[in-house]
Amino acid sequence: MKLPIYMDYQATTPCDPRVVEAMLPYFTQSFGNAASRNHRYGWEAEEAVEKARGQIAELLGANPKEIVFTSGSTESINLALKGVAEMYAEKGKHIITCQAEHKAVLDVCKHLEQQGFEVTYLQPDKSGRVSVEAVAAALRPDTILVALMWANNEVGTLNPIREIGALCHEKGVLFFTDATQAAGKVPVDVEADHVDLLCLSGHKIYGPKGVGILYVRRRNPRVRLVAQMDGGGHERGMRSGTLNVPSIAGLGKACELARLELPQESARTSALRDHLEKRIFSELDFVHLNGNREHRLPNNLNVSFAYVEGESLIMGISDVAVSSGSACTSASLEPSHVLRAMDVGEDLAHSSIRFGIGRFTTQEEVDFAASSVIGAVRRLRELSPLYEMALEGIDPKTVNWQAPH
Amino acid sequence: MAYSKKVLDHYSNPRNVGSLDKHASTVGTGVVGAPECGDVMKLQIQVEGDRIVDAKFKTFGCGSAIASSSLATEWIKGKTLDEALAIQNTQIVEELSLPPVKIHCSVLAEDAIKAAVNDYKSKQAPKEQQS
Ligand SMILES: Cc1ncc(COP(=O)(O)O)c(C=O)c1O
Ligand code: FES
Repeated sequence: MKLPIYMDYQATTPCDPRVVEAMLPYFTQSFGNAASRNHRYGWEAEEAVEKARGQIAELLGANPKEIVFTSGSTESINLALKGVAEMYAEKGKHIITCQAEHKAVLDVCKHLEQQGFEVTYLQPDKSGRVSVEAVAAALRPDTILVALMWANNEVGTLNPIREIGALCHEKGVLFFTDATQAAGKVPVDVEADHVDLLCLSGHKIYGPKGVGILYVRRRNPRVRLVAQMDGGGHERGMRSGTLNVPSIAGLGKACELARLELPQESARTSALRDHLEKRIFSELDFVHLNGNREHRLPNNLNVSFAYVEGESLIMGISDVAVSSGSACTSASLEPSHVLRAMDVGEDLAHSSIRFGIGRFTTQEEVDFAASSVIGAVRRLRELSPLYEMALEGIDPKTVNWQAPH
Repeated sequence: MAYSKKVLDHYSNPRNVGSLDKHASTVGTGVVGAPECGDVMKLQIQVEGDRIVDAKFKTFGCGSAIASSSLATEWIKGKTLDEALAIQNTQIVEELSLPPVKIHCSVLAEDAIKAAVNDYKSKQAPKEQQS
């Protein structure tokens, strides 16, 4: 077992060795520019790109012509939101999104607000989910775009994408979904799910970093975008720049593997996740699940350990690589905006840990992580004045604390 | 974030963890911080004459906060109340090599010492106590 154990699969994933293998020829042998039409080097590169386009389209149930290569989800989000806003500004200037979205979406929305667009930031329910009813209630005649993530990167909650997509199509509003965490983990079908724009990123699905795609629907409706990168007119004018052929080949392979292995992988990771969850919840008191038990990613577990501060807990489990929702507000790190939007309570937000299970996680690693977390929580609770109060039957929430520093 | 050796040492082997009887007239209790801020420190002193003969702490907070309070209990044991009140957070910062974002953890420890001493003093002069 290699230490520290990697349990941060929502932050990034290692490349699958089969992906690396698929990439290698395009560094030194078939290194051509995919836009070079006059020789074999260019043709080979173009062939690799078109093969990858097909592999990605197949994972999404899309047409290969609807796939635009980018540098990752952040760029795809910028292209989708700004591209739609600029193209359809005459039709309307209202956009709907959610407070629990990734910063890439929230920051682009803020930028658009400065450009005169109006954005509604829906509050998710306590499990991090946005309901179709909430979207329906926020729709206006001048709404041009709904942007809601498929799966939340912190708590793993899945939004009701198909229902929201159907609503958007019925109302003639474009629907973008950030599927960075969902692609390859849960089935995606842009037709059945009524998705118009969708992003995914290589490094979250065992592919390389710095490559991703934007799916742009071509029929019913045909989505048009204002390019955000001007230049040689690559990717049908939507994203100029010489294509990153090795990474694109890797992304294609990663999507193919994700599609073929999704059923087994999802069953395997969710069994490991459930085991971890069961151990934590049966061996510790005062633990809270953040997220939605029913609608969530198979490989995510986000837990708050009441009366223990997250950063000190991370310090206590240095052999397990995980993420914490926060550290103290006074330090540079802020409590997670996702947990805050879910109304989890600042005290519990300070105590949250995200465990990510992945393709290479073993049962042995999960048990090691569980024991290590359980041990550290117990030790820190010995030190915790809040735990002491809780055991005395005093809820620290009811105490009148001095003004926060 | 990389922690200094001394922070790691106090975090792994915290000194003087525990509680004293907060109702005893010889015990002073200081509780500072708030759960929503991510840090609560409880520091208690046992006093004989004007000397601190024992000190205990419990802290909910980051590693630096735990280390700061552990160090504070070590330092105040055996000191007079006035000597304890003279301890400054900057001394804690220096001893533990705390980075700038962690300075407030040391401030909290200084505040906890002062709160504990004041609590003890107010117990000795119950008539001056307000509310
Ligand atoms: C939900 C979500 N959206 C967007 C991103 C950004 O992706 P990228 O790193 O490819 O820019 C991430 C990853 O951090 C994510 O989890
Ligand atoms: S207790 Fe706030 S960062 Fe240390």
